[in-house]
Amino acid sequence: MTANPTSPVYLDHAATTPMRPAAIAAMTEELARLGNPSSLHAAGRRARRVVEESREQLAEVFGARPSEIVFTSGGTEADNLAVKGLYWARREGSRRRVLTTSVEHHAVLDSVRWLEEAQGADAVWLGVDLAGLVRPEVLRAAICAAPEQVAVVSVMWANNEVGTVNPVRELAAVAHEYGVPFHTDAVQAAAQLPVDFTASGADALTVTGHKLGGPVGVGALILGRGVAPVPVLHGGGQERDIRSGTLDTPAIRAFAVAASECARCRVDEAARLAELRDDLIHQVLAAVPDAVLNGPPPGPDRLPGNAHFSFPGCEGDALLMLLDANGIACSTGSACTAGVAEPSHVLLAMGADHSRARGSLRFSLGHTSTKRDVDALALVIGEAADRARRAAAR
Amino acid sequence: MSGLRVLAAMSGGVDSATAAARAVDAGHEVTGVHLALSSNPSSYRTGARGCCTLEDARDARRAADVIGIPFYVWDMAERFHRDVVEDFVAEYAAGRTPNPCLRCNEKIKFAAVLDRARALGFDAVCTGHYAQISDGILRRAVDAGKDQSYVLAVLTSDQLGHAMFPLGDTPKIQVRAEAARRGLAVADKPDSHDVCFIADGDTKGFLARRLGQAPGQIVDETGAVLGEHDGAYAFTVGQRKGLRVGTPAADGRPRYVLDIEPVTRTVTVGSAEGLDIGEIIAARPVWTGGGPPAEPVDCLVQLRAHGGAHPCTTWLDGEAVRIRLHRPARGVAKGQAAVLYAGDVVLGSATITGTSAITPLARVP
Repeated sequence: MTANPTSPVYLDHAATTPMRPAAIAAMTEELARLGNPSSLHAAGRRARRVVEESREQLAEVFGARPSEIVFTSGGTEADNLAVKGLYWARREGSRRRVLTTSVEHHAVLDSVRWLEEAQGADAVWLGVDLAGLVRPEVLRAAICAAPEQVAVVSVMWANNEVGTVNPVRELAAVAHEYGVPFHTDAVQAAAQLPVDFTASGADALTVTGHKLGGPVGVGALILGRGVAPVPVLHGGGQERDIRSGTLDTPAIRAFAVAASECARCRVDEAARLAELRDDLIHQVLAAVPDAVLNGPPPGPDRLPGNAHFSFPGCEGDALLMLLDANGIACSTGSACTAGVAEPSHVLLAMGADHSRARGSLRFSLGHTSTKRDVDALALVIGEAADRARRAAAR
Repeated sequence: MSGLRVLAAMSGGVDSATAAARAVDAGHEVTGVHLALSSNPSSYRTGARGCCTLEDARDARRAADVIGIPFYVWDMAERFHRDVVEDFVAEYAAGRTPNPCLRCNEKIKFAAVLDRARALGFDAVCTGHYAQISDGILRRAVDAGKDQSYVLAVLTSDQLGHAMFPLGDTPKIQVRAEAARRGLAVADKPDSHDVCFIADGDTKGFLARRLGQAPGQIVDETGAVLGEHDGAYAFTVGQRKGLRVGTPAADGRPRYVLDIEPVTRTVTVGSAEGLDIGEIIAARPVWTGGGPPAEPVDCLVQLRAHGGAHPCTTWLDGEAVRIRLHRPARGVAKGQAAVLYAGDVVLGSATITGTSAITPLARVP
């Protein structure tokens, strides 16, 4: 095997994707300008205008009203605000149940766990099917057990590890039948699927900048106008008094520019990525015949840029290291403590055993991906899997 | 030799960081790996112990950045727990005194890690140990005060053939200076001491939590009961402090632990002369300095880490090794390694299973 660091192959767009040049240009321009959007003078008004124009652009992209966009520092903060804030706002007497899935991102998962441990919440973990999908009847059954006690429901739009796309509109409709607010983490969906807040029926929806070609450190919670979570951050009262903190004008502008560009080419891009992804799956399975594709089959239930495999007998981190040495970046898609990989909670929830969960890798495509990337992976994955298997057998 | 694919084990300390940098300078393709040995690492170092915290992992990562090599964390917590921590506890429970660093080298760094590295395409594992390898033979480090050949002597020729100790030819003080020159932030990090998985340094407390109370009697050489103890694991042969024996010895002289009998949990104490050992029997020998001796050979033996080298005659006795000391040695504990040297060359090692005072256990054949 020869390392080829001169032409890196980036197959980890679900972790973060390159900033779009237009977003870099907009952000760079804005960084050189002065003004706190909350100030009343001319410089403040100028910055405020940039923020409000960006808000309008984002509202258009995500099918929301401008007043429904609440800027945050990113997806994690938006998820925390939605889950904790709605729980606190609705907690009353025995209304303490929080319904979510066992395959959420840790931003939701650990928020719910904390509510359970420290805030008297009663967490209900909705099961998923073998593909990682949450069925509306599962949600209905869970609510039905004690509808008046449900404070909030949170179900992700698309899964960050295996790319499963949930039937968000149906799920939101079920929650609404019982008058329960519905939050969805659409961080992974926003770059590749048509995410329309109003049409989805959700009451709160999380998006973030850096998954669609904007900068890291900016995101939004899209909140229906009547929805009032208790704030997590208190201070200057920005963003409807729901999220205090000086607005980051350059990042917000770049987020809006990236989201608009992403939306303009979304349909063609989704088709292009799906085709590349299918090629990737085909080539990986040809090189490693016993590899297993995790998650739903390619189609409407799966993010177009996601491919996720288990390689029997391998450890994911050994495979990752071997691919990295060949200039190929991918992810084990799992949480880290000091860089130590834990078996994926998503795969475990989908019924995989520990060894299958440990031996998994995620390849995720994005706006800069080309066939060359897929071919480069296909060239080395067979030998890497052989080596990783020998290492694990020791 | 250059151009090898080398896996550098990086603890987050100054030695392993400098060793990795030297491997790069020697023309090898080096990848840094921090071994996560605790499944529940604490965030910060306490005291001088260091290699098991998130802060140590970060130090290792930053050193790899400065050296300019890829860096990963390998989760070895399960293996470490089973092969080192559990072994440590079981050895004490059996009345022996283990050396966990030696066990870690034998079972983790140059077994589990080396095997995995070789399977993944690496040629060698590089560490910051102070020892030298020449022509496949292990030798003491130039810096006698830092020499770690004792805890490496358990390695087989095959393991040594895939090990790299770039610091063996350099005094520690120069290694620190070199680390500073290279811009490694760990240059003035304190040396690690004691047992890395016992964060507070309280071995007795650690064993008590693991083994619980196991009371027994403290007796003198005649069998007279002098007192009680809560667990024989709290004692080591040669120990003087903390015996908690009420009545003073008849002759008024200090008393030492002479023997630990694990089944009846009896700890025998007596005068310093009772510690004198003339002959040792040791099991599971590993010969790396020219194979097993065909006939009795005069050499040196080291009986604990940082201990002195004692002139001896050694020979094979079936599967075991017998070591006749030319002058009696004190504080020889079962479970420790007997490492045989010819000058600074390691001939081999074996685990001490039995000792006797002056009377020879057997004639030199």
